[in-house]
Amino acid sequence: MTSSNASSQEPGDTLAIDDDFDPDLLPLGDIRRYPNHRPLDCGQRAFLAVGSGVACLAAPWRDDMISAFGETTGEWALRRLRDDMLANEEGRRILAERPRIRTVEGGGSIDLEALRRLPEGSLGRAYADFLDRYGYSPDHRRTVCFVDDPELAYVMQRYREIHDLNHVLLGQGTDFLGEVVVKWFEAFQTGLPMCVTGAFLGSLRLRPKQTRRYLQEGGYLAYALRTGSDADLTINYYFERNWHQPLAEVRQQLRIEEPPNLK
Amino acid sequence: FIPKMQCRQLLRCISRSPATSSSSCFGVARRQVHQPGGFDTSFGFEEVEPGQKQDRVNQVFNPVSNSYDVMNDLMSAGLHRCWKRRFVASANPRPGWRVVDVAGGTGDIALGLLEWSRKLPGRAPPPVRVAPGDGSVDSFREAAERQTAAAEAEAPASCTVSVVDPSPSMMQVGSAKASAKGSTFASSIQWLEGRAESLPLDEASSDLYTIAFGMRNCTDLPGVLREAHRVLKPYGRFACLEFCSVENPLLSILYDEYSFRVIPPMGLLVAGDWDSYEYLVESIRRFPHQTLFANMMREAGFSAVNYEVLWPGVCCIHSGYKLPSV
Repeated sequence: MTSSNASSQEPGDTLAIDDDFDPDLLPLGDIRRYPNHRPLDCGQRAFLAVGSGVACLAAPWRDDMISAFGETTGEWALRRLRDDMLANEEGRRILAERPRIRTVEGGGSIDLEALRRLPEGSLGRAYADFLDRYGYSPDHRRTVCFVDDPELAYVMQRYREIHDLNHVLLGQGTDFLGEVVVKWFEAFQTGLPMCVTGAFLGSLRLRPKQTRRYLQEGGYLAYALRTGSDADLTINYYFERNWHQPLAEVRQQLRIEEPPNLK
Repeated sequence: FIPKMQCRQLLRCISRSPATSSSSCFGVARRQVHQPGGFDTSFGFEEVEPGQKQDRVNQVFNPVSNSYDVMNDLMSAGLHRCWKRRFVASANPRPGWRVVDVAGGTGDIALGLLEWSRKLPGRAPPPVRVAPGDGSVDSFREAAERQTAAAEAEAPASCTVSVVDPSPSMMQVGSAKASAKGSTFASSIQWLEGRAESLPLDEASSDLYTIAFGMRNCTDLPGVLREAHRVLKPYGRFACLEFCSVENPLLSILYDEYSFRVIPPMGLLVAGDWDSYEYLVESIRRFPHQTLFANMMREAGFSAVNYEVLWPGVCCIHSGYKLPSV
């Protein structure tokens, strides 16, 4: 889910590459393997998984609960996703270089001004327009903290950071219907329990007009399921090197269909 | 079994927006912060400059003020109410006393003190002076009743409490609670923003000084104790309720596991803040042992210093008296 809550990110808050960070020993013997890591034991993980799941349903605007739910339940799916990334050449490069989609001020490499100046119809321009339309910033994403393996934590972080780009590629807004479509797409691509439950339970809360557009022949649900299963993994796409590419070509390359226009 | 009202309050807390993460930043770095010329003070298990600690404490308490009471109930399974009731009983404020309650932002102790003092009989009315009249028993009785009623009307109904707290948002929660209880309560409490090391009160102005679960957040313990000594009247009483070192080894193991494993995730779910509650359990561990704290009180000038450990052994009440200087 996209969030509009600012989360403070200090410099040095980023997921470091292993040689930069000295693992910390915490009280009670846990080892912190990356900055912001919060090691959990089995009982805590189960407690947080159940508790955050309940909180997601009771208070869906609480993005920290959504993040916590995704991180505590995603171990298996992240491992599978990491293996898929390793099998792909560009995915392997992403895992080695660990690029972060953050603005320059936030410690990353995205220059929003430069993206806004790109030609109309390019990926970067579409992304900048999306951020401006909803007032988001890539720095708003929370940093992963409950995943123990630093590489899997990076995969989770990468997934979280390309969520907005998935919105752009699928041509969906951040209204409930758009979020459900993107969640279905991500559920197929990543297999994360958070995406699956979010897509399914979110679709139960659609308004009648949205539900019609969702369920009809050639509607959004069909589009999401088709695209989700056919498309290549967006997490393997090196967005930071391809801002200038036309959006239509990127979609073709990733085998993402043009979204239906049902307005 | 949690009663219905507490369930509702709990759900309300979960549904609130999470704390803005100005408080989450200090979970990240566990580095020694050394600056030339300054000494380090402990902030949980992170060493910070004394000047920084108060800001950090404020950062902890300002966002969590709304869910503070609910979290207290959850963390102690309601036991904190029993401890606070016992604390108020042992402090025993009489009507007419001026009490200073430090770090009492959400008003639990202040309201408890007021209720306790209201239930006590007031001071005995002064002896009846009857003007020479006809000398009959009835006229004497009437005059006595009139004078007693007048004296009782003047006698204070309860003590007055000055709550001193560095966090305005905690005090807002407290004054809302006091107004909900009624104007008699709200009018007997004064809410002052300030720190325990420098109280905005005059010397020898209070009969009783109370601090409940606030001492571990203070930067300079000897300074706080000296300040407490300053504002107390001669024969005034100092009372401090605080978590203590657990003596029983089995309880200690269970307590550590519970504190470090369960409380921070619970804080994340209910208050949206893992770091503040991790800070809380760490600051408890860094507080001096109860005997050491009693010695610190003696050094600050308190007499008849004693401590009483409350069931199940995780917190205790320290008390001492200020004797008039010879």
